[in-house]
Amino acid sequence: MSIDLFRIDDRLIHGQVVVGWGQPMGIEFIVLVDDEVRASDWEQELYRMGVPPSVDVAFASVEEAAAQLVAWEADPRKGIVLTGDIDGMAALCAGANGAITRVNLGGIHYREGRKERLRYIYLTDEEAAKLRALAARNVEITAQDVPTGKAVPLNELMA
Amino acid sequence: MSEPLVGVVLAHAEVAEALVSAVRAIAGDDHGLVPVSNTGCDRAAILARLEAAVGGRAAVIFADLPGGSCAFSAGAFVRLHPDVRVVTGVNLAMLLDFAFHRGLPAADAAARAVETGRASVGGIGR
Repeated sequence: MSIDLFRIDDRLIHGQVVVGWGQPMGIEFIVLVDDEVRASDWEQELYRMGVPPSVDVAFASVEEAAAQLVAWEADPRKGIVLTGDIDGMAALCAGANGAITRVNLGGIHYREGRKERLRYIYLTDEEAAKLRALAARNVEITAQDVPTGKAVPLNELMA
Repeated sequence: MSEPLVGVVLAHAEVAEALVSAVRAIAGDDHGLVPVSNTGCDRAAILARLEAAVGGRAAVIFADLPGGSCAFSAGAFVRLHPDVRVVTGVNLAMLLDFAFHRGLPAADAAARAVETGRASVGGIGR
């Protein structure tokens, strides 16, 4: 599989993704799975402008992503697939029929109703339950903001 | 006479605060700069901080990393704020120059900041 990282990050494409993970992993493409961005030409242009020319950026809706996953996995280059929230990644995993076995929690920031789990992960009880449900489908979930940061397994995050 | 431009420095961690502090130490208090950090923020929260910092005025947002969350958020912000421009790759030299050219229109100030910032990048010695 050429997708080196399936990541949930509410900042979508940003420095930690492109530089923090992208550089040490030698990433050559990033797929942003987000219905809102997929429907917005100016947002896509904004993200393309901010990514180095050596990295291709693709945009997909959640529905499109499930259908295109096989093609991305067949790509010989190393890539990252990003969703902005848990629901998006859960839908992608459901559509992948077991092909996605590891998910990285890279950043879910504070909003009202969320409790701090890590300085970069805040969850409501409902969001925590969704992550447990995803893990129950044999997806290994780990919180890790950057590769040199501590990788925190889901059960430790929920403790 | 129109109001002077506001300069919003939007950066990761404590970078914005540190840059504005350095400007204050060099050029005094009348610099027109407002520091904003992205720490702990998703895009919505960054946009809210920008809204508060800009306060409906003509402004230049100085973001740190092209391709970072600050730059992307600033790019989204200016779509709804025609009197605001964004410059990425903020450095001390461009902020110091901005502090003394706040009477320019935002577009001119931003273009000047890009040139000043670039011109300040170089090496010393052999």
